Amino acid sequence: MEFSAPQIAHEVLWPAYVVFGAALLGVLGEAFLPRRRRFVGQVAIATLGLIGGLVGTALVALDLPSVGSDDVAAYGVTTVGDTVALDGPTMFLWGLVLLLGLGGVGLFAERRLESGLSAFAGQAAALPGTEAERKASTEGLDHTEVYPLLMFAVVGMMLFPAANDLLTLFVALEVLSLPLYLLCGLSRRRRLLSQEAAMKYFLLGAFSSGFVIYGIALVYGFSGSMSYAAVTEAVRAGDSGSVLLLTGLGMITVGMLFKVGAVPFHAWTPDVYQGAPTAVTAFMSAATKVAAFGATLRLFYVAFGSERWTWQPMLWVVAIITMLVGAVLAVSQTDVKRMLAYSSIAHTGFILTGLIGLRDTAEVGPAEITSLQAVLFYLVTYSFATLGAFALVGVVRDDSGEVTAMARWAGLGRRSPVVAGVFALFLLSMAGIPLTAGFVGKWAVFAVAVSAGAWPVVVVALASSMIAVFFYVRVILLMYFTADPDPSKAGSADVGVGGDAALAGASSSTEAERGTVTVRSRARVADAVRVETPSLATVVVIAVCVGVTVLLGVMPGPVLDLAGSVGTFIR
Amino acid sequence: MSSAAPWLTILILVPLVGAVATAVLPRGARRESGTLPRVVGLGFSLVTLGLAVALGLSFDNTGGMQFSETYEWIGAFGASYAVGLDGLGLVLLLLTTLLVPVVLVASWDSVGGADGRSPHAFVGWVLALEAAAVAVFLAQDVFFFYVVFEATLIPAYFLIGGFGRPGAARAAVKFLVFQLVGGLILLGGVIGLYVESASAGDPSYLVSDLAGLDLTTGAERWLFVAFFVAFAIKAPMFPVHTWLADTTEKATPGTSVLLVCVLDKIGTYGMIRFCLGLFPEASQWATPVVVIAALVSIVYGALLAIGTDDLMRLIGLTSLSHFGFIVLGIFVLNTQGGTGSILYMLNHGLATAALFLVGGYLVRRRGTSLISELGGVEKSAPVLAGLLLVAGLATLGLPGLSTFVSEFLVLVGAFVYAPWAGVVAVTAIVLAAIYVLWAYQRTMTGPSPVAGAAADAVTPDLTRREIGAVAPLVLLMVLLGFYPMPALDVINPFVEDTLAQVGVVDDAPTVPADTAGEGTE
Repeated sequence: MEFSAPQIAHEVLWPAYVVFGAALLGVLGEAFLPRRRRFVGQVAIATLGLIGGLVGTALVALDLPSVGSDDVAAYGVTTVGDTVALDGPTMFLWGLVLLLGLGGVGLFAERRLESGLSAFAGQAAALPGTEAERKASTEGLDHTEVYPLLMFAVVGMMLFPAANDLLTLFVALEVLSLPLYLLCGLSRRRRLLSQEAAMKYFLLGAFSSGFVIYGIALVYGFSGSMSYAAVTEAVRAGDSGSVLLLTGLGMITVGMLFKVGAVPFHAWTPDVYQGAPTAVTAFMSAATKVAAFGATLRLFYVAFGSERWTWQPMLWVVAIITMLVGAVLAVSQTDVKRMLAYSSIAHTGFILTGLIGLRDTAEVGPAEITSLQAVLFYLVTYSFATLGAFALVGVVRDDSGEVTAMARWAGLGRRSPVVAGVFALFLLSMAGIPLTAGFVGKWAVFAVAVSAGAWPVVVVALASSMIAVFFYVRVILLMYFTADPDPSKAGSADVGVGGDAALAGASSSTEAERGTVTVRSRARVADAVRVETPSLATVVVIAVCVGVTVLLGVMPGPVLDLAGSVGTFIR
Repeated sequence: MSSAAPWLTILILVPLVGAVATAVLPRGARRESGTLPRVVGLGFSLVTLGLAVALGLSFDNTGGMQFSETYEWIGAFGASYAVGLDGLGLVLLLLTTLLVPVVLVASWDSVGGADGRSPHAFVGWVLALEAAAVAVFLAQDVFFFYVVFEATLIPAYFLIGGFGRPGAARAAVKFLVFQLVGGLILLGGVIGLYVESASAGDPSYLVSDLAGLDLTTGAERWLFVAFFVAFAIKAPMFPVHTWLADTTEKATPGTSVLLVCVLDKIGTYGMIRFCLGLFPEASQWATPVVVIAALVSIVYGALLAIGTDDLMRLIGLTSLSHFGFIVLGIFVLNTQGGTGSILYMLNHGLATAALFLVGGYLVRRRGTSLISELGGVEKSAPVLAGLLLVAGLATLGLPGLSTFVSEFLVLVGAFVYAPWAGVVAVTAIVLAAIYVLWAYQRTMTGPSPVAGAAADAVTPDLTRREIGAVAPLVLLMVLLGFYPMPALDVINPFVEDTLAQVGVVDDAPTVPADTAGEGTE
């Protein structure tokens, strides 16, 4: 057998090299930089790497060769022996992931809230409650490895949606997952919870990876090739009812649905989102979903596009139960992070609704919105609202760290009108209220699903939106209209981020509500909840998320058009 | 007024700017009085009213869409920013812009300041609500309409929850959940319209484009149901009315006025504009069911109002009955009913607003809204009692007051549609007399039911400011009661156009104006 070196299109791949290089440089920095310079050095390397990647992505995206036909626009190249497809959707997702990575770095670099320390454990290897841990903490040790880890995860997330070959898909999946498993366990506070989350995530993640690789083997057995193009050909030519194909498709789907957090593979989501350091949750919940949906889109549209009649009914069912389970379980949550986790499950269902809106290009009118366009746009709206919401959870604190018990957020609207107003904005966006980005996103995914005839799914989606509205509004009610549990200790600093002045104005309301007795008695024993002023980086991240959420709610045209102009996936 | 300037956009922007300006006004030094935000807010609302009146004066009575502006907004959705003014929109625009300054004057010292709360938020939210409501009545693009339709909920939610009586937060949540459920059903309809419009060619949300859309019978009926259910929740109609009474009971009177007299009109407005305008065949198909639901609303709302012991709740429930009349008038699909309905929307706004505000004055003086604990107010506060009586008589449709004209027209429309419908609707006149006069008798006449010191406490009469706030409403009621032609001149061409769109051949299109003239003499 003769081996020929693959052609590699470096001129298109280089943004990924920049990010990967920055990650490697970070590892070197960890080894050679003196301890007190490491923080600044690592943040600088990560930021520059991500910005470089972003600029590169923009430059490359503008210069992609057109490969589409007259009917269908498509841009890009496949390279490295057709295992990586660098096309319009890839570039869009790269840009989004890199932006979220920058947001993640901003949140990771938050050191003001813990009085000069980051939110990450001083020495992860030290057992909780031991002398070693105390020592690490008194010496003010910091895990600056989190930045290279984040960068590696970003590299994986860039490769994941670009994977045009089943094996590349698997490699990217692992590259993005392993750093995240680690990051989840690195919390400085509540370490056991954090480590438990990491353990759960790792075990279940490994298990789901097993499913993926087994599925890949079966599909290989059916098609005789790893490449998406060859799989499509085999599916089109061969027996679509083949047991090998169906089982393989099913098992790969299990792994993908695990990554996006769809029911019934969602069980890890609330535990991991709650246990992980909030900055990690913010980054992970936003960026992982973007990358995983990018990969899922390509997998289903390109590799199994001709098998659509097999997987669409399955995704109908998954989307329906994901939305319902996510929304219903979120109602009963008493912890803000867990509530956001279940809400993210419900959003997975909404994105899946957009995904099953796939139609043949011939059926879609020239001015009509496409399924890909809708899903890409929804990912933008969802990821920024989520990043911002988790970032805000990080600044509501008491003496023992973040306060995530929902009951203790009561009265926040009066004491910290801007924070409560901004959080309310993110919640309204997730609930899909008009003039926020979430509404436009929801409209888009529902519209493509109805166009594709999936109206039963959309009916369920509307029903779960109604349920979801209930728990989002409940938090707003709690923040604004429920009596302050500890008024004597009021007088907190406010985050200086721009917010809705009118919303802030309503904070003057006072209202003694029944049913908050438990709230008050619990709050009395604990110390005062306050909003602490975070560092500039966090403020900027939150402000950008607010800006995106409002701007895409009022003027979504440019981003929608951008998502529509990326063309289809190339094969 | 030159038609080149974007007057309608300015009309939306003025209150919006006012809302932001009020919210960012300095607080602190004059916190106890809080006069500044009130003055600024009132100024902005009066400018809006002035603009609306000026537009009304230069409105061409022959009908059609005027002052239109259309700009592309979200190309991918086919959505535009499109506003325009026709007879229906003008009536509701004038009602809205009139009620906002009235509410601000009436709530001058009852919200904020005195009870230690800053009035900034109240005034700001009221103006924000005005901007959204004005945009709703001007919108000529279904997507833009939906956006502002939902946007009204946010200020309404904060107005109910933030400033009412104890339990208002719960009422605010009930309100919001009902409205958002309606909103999501409407969203289903809006998306369905896009799909239909896209499959017919170029997706467009402009009402003018959609009206010409050729829908299959099935699709049209489904879309009609989605739109109608959403508007029925908004209006509200039996059986989706339960949020109304709770809200009016707990919210401040000013908030209730804006909710019932302005926001709820969006429901009936939407039925005319979208249900009749976009789905004419389905509207005819659904008429029997809708008429029955409207009749149930009329009678059931009146019975509930008779049975309630809370004055503010009672006023809310009378509106259920009145919205039944409005819907009945719309769906009997003849000119009498249609004209009567639109006029009813205006008159109900005036009469109910007066009732809420005067009732609110009384409740504030006596510290209770329970009818059984009120009484004997007439002696110590004759002006208050007199105004309550006038507003109450307007509510029950006394000839000489404006509501009579509209109620009469709707009843004529109902008899033309089917005698049994007219007979059922007429019973409401008797029931209305019971709930208004009985409530008046129990609250105003006789001795005060509370024994001891409280009984001796004299209820102070209305101040000049309080009278001044209600006076324009009463004047208009009397004026339109004797001479409804200015309103009818605007409404009639619109109704004829709409019914032509629905495809109803009417026997006597000239009847309404004549009947109205005779009825008031």
